[in-house]
Amino acid sequence: MSKLGVYICSGCGIGEALDMAQVSKVGGESKAAVCRTHAALCSAEGVAGIRADLDSGAVDRVVVAACSPRFKTEAFCFNHGTIVERVNLREHVAWCHKPGDEDTQMLAEDYLRMGIARALKTEAVQPLSNEISDTILVVGGGIAGTTAAVEAANAGYPVLLVEKEEELGGRAAASRKLTVSMEELAETALYHPRIRTYCSTEIRKIEGQPGMFDVTLGTVSGEQQVRAGAIVVATGWKPYDAAKLAHLGYGASPDVITNEQFERMAAKGPILRPSNGQPVKSVVFVQCAGSRDPEHLPYCSTVCCLQTLRQIGYLREQDQEAQVYVIYKDMRTPAQDERIYRQAQDHPMNFFTKGEVAAVKRWEDGRVAVTADHTLLGESITVLADLVVLAAGMVPNGTENILHLTYRQGPELPVLRDGFPDSHFVCFPYETRRTGIYAAGTVRSPMGEDQGRRDAMGAAMKAIQCVELASKGRAVHPRGGDMSFPSFFLQRCTQCKRCTEECPFGALDEDVKGTPKPNPYRCRRCGVCMGACPERIVSFANYSVDMIASMIKAIEVPEEDEEKPRVLALVCENDAYPALDLAGLKRQPYDANVRVIPLRCLGSLNIVWIADALSRGIDGVMLIGCKYGEDYQCHFTKGSELAAKRLENLKETLQRLQLEPERLQLTELAIDEWDKLPALFDGFVERMRELGPNPYKGF
Amino acid sequence: MKPVLVIGGGIAGLTAAVELADAGAPVILVEKSASLGGRVARMHQYFPKLCPPRCGLEMHYRRLRESQAITVLTLAEAVDVRGVPGDYEVDIKIAPRHVTADCTLCGDCAKACKAERADEFNYGLAKTKAAYLPHGMAYPMLYAIDRAACTAGCRECETACKYGAIALDAPPETRTYKIAAVVAATGWKPYDATKLDQLGFGKCPNVVTNVMLERMAAVDGPGGGRILRPSDGREPRTVAFVQCAGSRDEKHLPYCSAVCCSASIKHAAYIRAQYPETAVTIFYIDVRTPGRLEEFYARVNRDANLQLIKGKVARVEENPATHDLLVTAEDVMAGKKNTLQFELVVLATGIVPEPGWLPAGLGRDEFGFVSGSNGGFYAAGCARRPEEVSATVEDATGAALQALACARRGARA
Repeated sequence: MSKLGVYICSGCGIGEALDMAQVSKVGGESKAAVCRTHAALCSAEGVAGIRADLDSGAVDRVVVAACSPRFKTEAFCFNHGTIVERVNLREHVAWCHKPGDEDTQMLAEDYLRMGIARALKTEAVQPLSNEISDTILVVGGGIAGTTAAVEAANAGYPVLLVEKEEELGGRAAASRKLTVSMEELAETALYHPRIRTYCSTEIRKIEGQPGMFDVTLGTVSGEQQVRAGAIVVATGWKPYDAAKLAHLGYGASPDVITNEQFERMAAKGPILRPSNGQPVKSVVFVQCAGSRDPEHLPYCSTVCCLQTLRQIGYLREQDQEAQVYVIYKDMRTPAQDERIYRQAQDHPMNFFTKGEVAAVKRWEDGRVAVTADHTLLGESITVLADLVVLAAGMVPNGTENILHLTYRQGPELPVLRDGFPDSHFVCFPYETRRTGIYAAGTVRSPMGEDQGRRDAMGAAMKAIQCVELASKGRAVHPRGGDMSFPSFFLQRCTQCKRCTEECPFGALDEDVKGTPKPNPYRCRRCGVCMGACPERIVSFANYSVDMIASMIKAIEVPEEDEEKPRVLALVCENDAYPALDLAGLKRQPYDANVRVIPLRCLGSLNIVWIADALSRGIDGVMLIGCKYGEDYQCHFTKGSELAAKRLENLKETLQRLQLEPERLQLTELAIDEWDKLPALFDGFVERMRELGPNPYKGF
Repeated sequence: MKPVLVIGGGIAGLTAAVELADAGAPVILVEKSASLGGRVARMHQYFPKLCPPRCGLEMHYRRLRESQAITVLTLAEAVDVRGVPGDYEVDIKIAPRHVTADCTLCGDCAKACKAERADEFNYGLAKTKAAYLPHGMAYPMLYAIDRAACTAGCRECETACKYGAIALDAPPETRTYKIAAVVAATGWKPYDATKLDQLGFGKCPNVVTNVMLERMAAVDGPGGGRILRPSDGREPRTVAFVQCAGSRDEKHLPYCSAVCCSASIKHAAYIRAQYPETAVTIFYIDVRTPGRLEEFYARVNRDANLQLIKGKVARVEENPATHDLLVTAEDVMAGKKNTLQFELVVLATGIVPEPGWLPAGLGRDEFGFVSGSNGGFYAAGCARRPEEVSATVEDATGAALQALACARRGARA
């Protein structure tokens, strides 16, 4: 039997807005061992009072009814493992509802009851504790992969570096000039005491989960089993298929080559015309050969402008007089690299023009004629050159035939767009939808060598973090540090496979019958599986279907004749909840008939909660989650989208029950859209008034 | 393991701190202003997703709140580092906040306060009281008192505060910590637009900068999110963006500031969303939207009310009667010079590295960006090169690994 302590703060205007004696009575009714109010609970004295009760054993779990759980976190953090439930009487009640009003009072009392229900349904988390491998597997031995390997090893971690070619180096080895020496880097890796390098090796199979990936390597001497804790995918890029560049003259003459071919030629020796081995006296560089073209690569390959400038530099080393033309869409040499462009522009024999290449043909004298329209000269121009270099773009090479994962959701990193596997572009660029597997360098985004090296270090850092967190039984981003994980009561599983299909991170495998096989270290703890399960067999120690259902049950639903509608709002705790806090901070008033319950992610929404709410007479249910679609904002990639689908299915059922589908609404809301919340709540409550009371009220 | 010192609480520093802590390293994060969040906290939306920066910030803050491994010091600056990689001592000077951790956010101090100060968070577009909350997504979420702005002798906030959280006479202090490595994420500031003589900033009220536009568009900005002409509070029907306002210019910033093109395209997108009738023109030298930002550019550029003109703007003049602006610029593709009229002009001012103290061993390149990584010091983010948020995050995560390696070597030694 748990000994509950309920502590209610009357500071910051809470005491002025509410009848504290009545609020406190709710605590008393809950059979709490202790129920007290304090004028400033977060003060040293207030906190000491709670601590004393915990230390004396009078209470063993605590409800703090005060400000938002997003504030004063440190003050209300007690001994490790103490269950603390925060009830937000300030931002969500006192600061945005009429003081001394009956509805405000009912709201506060409901919130306290809901918080108590939640606290009583929370169980202590027993963290995962398996033997975790701290070995980092790096796939790809080019400049990014080798850098990741060396830096992770320097930080003290054992590294397995796998390269499919005979030697480390990748495409960097074929470059004429780099700011670091690939040879030295490779040597550092080969002689590093913590790195085991496997060349001429491919990944045959990866089983398991972070901290315990079982990797089958295919080496020249046969298959070999190794274990790793986390994986960096640095398998680089491929040049865009030049055969698709016939419209830019590829194939028309041996003297039309790609930038990659030029680089290889320049790395080996002098730059000569492929057709006849004669010196090159004139060159046309055609930028964006394939890139920035919806018919080919819709993105910019980022490095080609700078690479062309470098390649002009190689030519200048052998010939100051040669004529160089560059036909570009935009010259892109960001940041300090602008100086390289400026230097190139200063050379009298370099000519740069914006333009659209209309034709590239073999001329009768053997040279190549390049015609460009819309140039800076205001007209079409045709240039005859000894050599034409097509700045072909970069195609990522990290999501096909690389990892061979034995995952139910597929063998490779899922692609977000254009062949790139990241899942949170902008804020969390290393995140993929496969926990513990991080893409580095050009697998993730087109980038040059300097950025690629730093990027590889970042991916290695994420891999290290993954093994460190796993060794403590903790989740990785975005619930970094969370020790809870879902458990499955499999005796009641009907093998419907919804959880294994919907998990955004491919955490669940399946046996032959379709029963889920959890891999808790792959899990990000979003609760999508819990929301998906029609049998309600998935739960966390501190987050469950039963817990939220108990909170809903704790809402007092007034009789029909009281004309007080009740609305339940299930909201995303990551974005919608802070927006609500901000509405409070800005003292934005809204309807006090709404009861808010935060969810880990809207994807953890189990429709049984809506059924529970409606059958209890709650008039309407709002879901507020992150924006979804192409530019989704969900931290778990598709939580709100999944909730929307579940809601659509439910609306059909609702109609069969003669309930208006308008009683359910999902709204996408960003964290800074707090200004929209009052109208959103008021409007919804108003519509519920118009619809009239839920006919199931009182049943 | 000794902690890693992270200098700067913007997105680079925050990222480095959280990544280090999650990898098991203790961190001291110092920020010279009253709140973490840096420049990104002042942005309305990120490109290319047009999403609010606070969404990601909140995730970092959550880690800070829950992690025992990170010590956050605001109004703090590192002033001296001594020692060897893995084993340094740092002096950190902390200016008094004049509000203690007992602050509950109730706001009574600001209500009682009568003195005002320019709101730097809003780039001077608004004022706050001398007792102020830095912003709605501040960390730590505490008020602060700007003593320089106080009325002499006034102690009304002290009387008003029910929680005894005001400490008007608190002195500055200097603390010394043992640390293993330093990540310098000292960030950037916008180029001073008043130096661009020909472009009218500071003289014409309807010439604003790109960072000011972010605040004008933000719902918690001075205009509540409505983008209005400063001269008369009207919706602008024509808006011009002047790219490379300072950047790629030998007289100002010889480098490219890397983010302004994408930023202006983002601005065009949200202005067009707010005002379906408004026409936007962008004057540019080259449109630089690398990688997948190209797709964002292509998408926004499909808008018939957005026009791009390749050409550098020579000058911006004002019609004093209407405060409308006359923009004279080359149109390189048409081979002529035009003067066009606009109701609002936005200068895409560039990125300048924040000056200030650096540990010896880190240098600056010819433009002032932090260069080199000597021993246990690593630069990250826009301190190192102008770059957008995503690249900053990558850079900071990479620098965090180098610092971690240094700290672990220190711990083993």
